[in-house]
Amino acid sequence: MAIFLDDSSKVLVQGMTGSEGTKHTTRMLASGTQVVGGVNPRKAGTSQDFTFTTADGEERTASVPVFGSVAEAMEQTGANTSVLFVPPAFTRAAVVEAVDAGIPLAIVITEGVPVKDTAEFYAYAAEKGTTRLVGPNCPGVISPGKANAGIIPADITGPGRIGLVSKSGTLTYQMMYELRDLGFSTAVGIGGDPVIGTTHIDALAAFEADPETDAVVMIGEIGGDAEERAAAYIRDHVTKPVVGYVAGFTAPEGKTMGHAGAIVSGSAGTAQAKKEALEAAGVKVGKTPSETARLLREVLPA
Amino acid sequence: MDLFEYQARDVFERHGVPVLRGVVATTPQEARDAAEQLGGGVVVVKAQVKTGGRGKAGGVKVAKGPEEAQAHAEAILGMDIKGHVVHRVMVAEGAAIAEEYYFSILLDRSERRLLAMASVEGGVEIEQLAVERPEALARVPVDARTGVDRAKAEEIADAAGFGADVREQVVEAFQKLWDVYREEDATLVEVNPLVRTEGGDVIALDGKVTLDENASFRHEDHAELEDAAAADPLEAKAAAKGLNYVKLDGEVGIIGNGAGLVMSTLDVVAYAGEAHGVKPANFLDIGGGASAQVMADGLDVILGDEQVRSVFVNVFGGITACDAVANGIVSALEILGDSATKPLVVRLDGNNVVEGRRILDEAAHPLVTLVDTMDGAAAKAAELAAAK
Repeated sequence: MAIFLDDSSKVLVQGMTGSEGTKHTTRMLASGTQVVGGVNPRKAGTSQDFTFTTADGEERTASVPVFGSVAEAMEQTGANTSVLFVPPAFTRAAVVEAVDAGIPLAIVITEGVPVKDTAEFYAYAAEKGTTRLVGPNCPGVISPGKANAGIIPADITGPGRIGLVSKSGTLTYQMMYELRDLGFSTAVGIGGDPVIGTTHIDALAAFEADPETDAVVMIGEIGGDAEERAAAYIRDHVTKPVVGYVAGFTAPEGKTMGHAGAIVSGSAGTAQAKKEALEAAGVKVGKTPSETARLLREVLPA
Repeated sequence: MDLFEYQARDVFERHGVPVLRGVVATTPQEARDAAEQLGGGVVVVKAQVKTGGRGKAGGVKVAKGPEEAQAHAEAILGMDIKGHVVHRVMVAEGAAIAEEYYFSILLDRSERRLLAMASVEGGVEIEQLAVERPEALARVPVDARTGVDRAKAEEIADAAGFGADVREQVVEAFQKLWDVYREEDATLVEVNPLVRTEGGDVIALDGKVTLDENASFRHEDHAELEDAAAADPLEAKAAAKGLNYVKLDGEVGIIGNGAGLVMSTLDVVAYAGEAHGVKPANFLDIGGGASAQVMADGLDVILGDEQVRSVFVNVFGGITACDAVANGIVSALEILGDSATKPLVVRLDGNNVVEGRRILDEAAHPLVTLVDTMDGAAAKAAELAAAK
C-alpha cells in the first residue's frame, strides 16, 4: 500500500532533459522507480539514455522516451505520476498542462515559484479535482522499496511501517536517518512555500487509512497555521500514534528563514504556538530531531 | 520585500490609483524645497519607516508651509520609531478628510487563495478593528485567476457597506489596486486610510505594499526598491555572495544545508547554549551544493561577525555527499588562511559520511573538531563559544 506512491506508480518527468531533471531521473531509476517518460516539446520523439547503479550494485542503462506533452506521454505509457523540475518562470504552465492531462499525482520540486502562480495553479487543480499536487519547493515523495518520485535520497533507509510528512527536505532526510533501523512506509515532503498542494492534513488522513503505516512523524516549521490545523485534525480523526517536531523556535519576527513560507508575522506562525497546539491535541513534540525519534520509538505499537 | 510608503505611493500612481502628490526628502532643506515644489501651501511631513504607529510616535506632522515643513523634517529625521531610524520623510499634499476607509488584498495562506478586506471604518489599527468589531470588516475571498474585476469590486464595496456617494469611486480604486497586486506580484496591498475628501474625491492616503521576492525574475525594476542602507552589513555582504543569511544576536555561528535543518540547528544550539549563556549568531543555509567556494563564502561572512566565538557546521548529506562537504571545509580554510581564527565544530551525516569524516580527520586542522551527532556538536560549539 503505502500512500500516494507505490510499486505500480509510473513516473513521468517534466523537465527531465535539464540538468536537475537528468541528475534526479538517474537517481530515481537507480532506486528502482519506473520512470516511463520525459516531457519536452522541443525534443519530442527522441529518447534520453541513463546509466546508473542499482541498490544491488548492478550497472544498468535505460533509454527513456521524450514526449511532446503530458497527455501524449500518459496515453503512450500509462504514466500516473509526474515529477516537475521545470524552472520557476515555466512552472505554472507545466502544472496546468499536467492537470489538464488529468494526471493523478503531480509533484512540484521547483523552488522559487512566485506565490501568485502557485495560488493560480492550486486553484485550477482544486477546481478540476483530478490531480493531487505535492509542493512546490519540496523534495517529493518516497515509498522505500517501491518508488521514489523526487529528490529524497533512496539509500538512507528501506521500507518499514512509519509514515513521515514534513515541510523541510533536509529534516526529512535527518528523521529518516534517525529511524533508519525501522524504515518507512512513505515519506512525503510537502514543501516550505506559503501555498502548497498537499498539506500535513492530507498526508495524515492517508496514513491513517494506510494498513502499512503504524505511526506517523509530522515535521513542521514556523509560518502559517498548517500545524495548528493539523493538530485539530489529529485530535478529531487520527487514531494512530503521531509525534511531532517543529523547527524555528529561535527565528526572529518578520525574517524569512530560507523557505519562502518560513516567517513569523507579528505573533502568528511561531514554533511555540504550533508546539502547544500539537501537544493540546495529544501529540508528543520533540525538542530536537533526535528526541523526536526517541518519542516515536516510545509510541510505536509493540 | 516591504516597500516604504513613498514607494507604494509611486507604484499606486503608476497603476492609476488616486493618490496625492508626494516628494521624498532626506534633509530638512530638501523637505522645504519639496513643500515649495508642491505649491507652498499646507503639506504633511511623514516619517518613512517600515512599521506602524508613526502618528502616535510623532512621525507625522502637518505644516502650514515650506518653513514649517523644514522644521518638522528637522524633528522627524533621525527619530527612532520602534527601533526604526527615520532616514527620509515624505512631504505630501494636504487633504481635508471627510471620511476614512480601509482596503487590502492579501494572500490568505490558510485558505490557499487571496482575500480582500474592506471597511468604512478605516484609519485605525485594522487588527484592533478585526478583534473588536469584526462585523465592520468585510472579508471577501478572491480567486487568484480572476482577481478583483468589476463584479468582485462591487461585491467588496457592498459587503463593506460603502455609500452610494462613493461606491463608483471605490469600485474603480479596488480594481486599480488589484492591478498593483497582480502586475507587481505583490503578496499584500493595503490602503489605510483610503479617504473621501471634503471635495468628494476618494484617495489612497497611505499605502503598504509587500512584493514577492520569488517573482523578482520578472520585475527587474524591483531591485532598485530595496533599501540597501537599512540592511545589516553582514546580511548585505552575504546577499552579494548569493547566500541565504540572517543575522541574529549570538555567539555561535551556524552553517547548514537546507532551511529546515538550519532552523533546527539554531534551536538545538539555543538549548545547548542555555547552560553556557550563549546563543546562535545567525541563520545560514548553504543549500544543496556546499562547494568549497560556497563554504568559504559562508565562513567568511560568519567570521566577519565580531560577536561570533565558535562556528557549528551541520550538514546532512542527502544529495550532497559528505566527502564533497569535507573537501569544501578543508579548501575553505585554505582560502581563508590566517583570517580563520575561530573554532569550527563539524557534524556530518548521510551520503558518504565515512569518507567525509576521514578527509577531516586526515586534514587534522587545528581549528576543526568533528562530532558525531547534532546534539553533541551543538553542545561542543556552545562550550567553545563560552570558553573563549
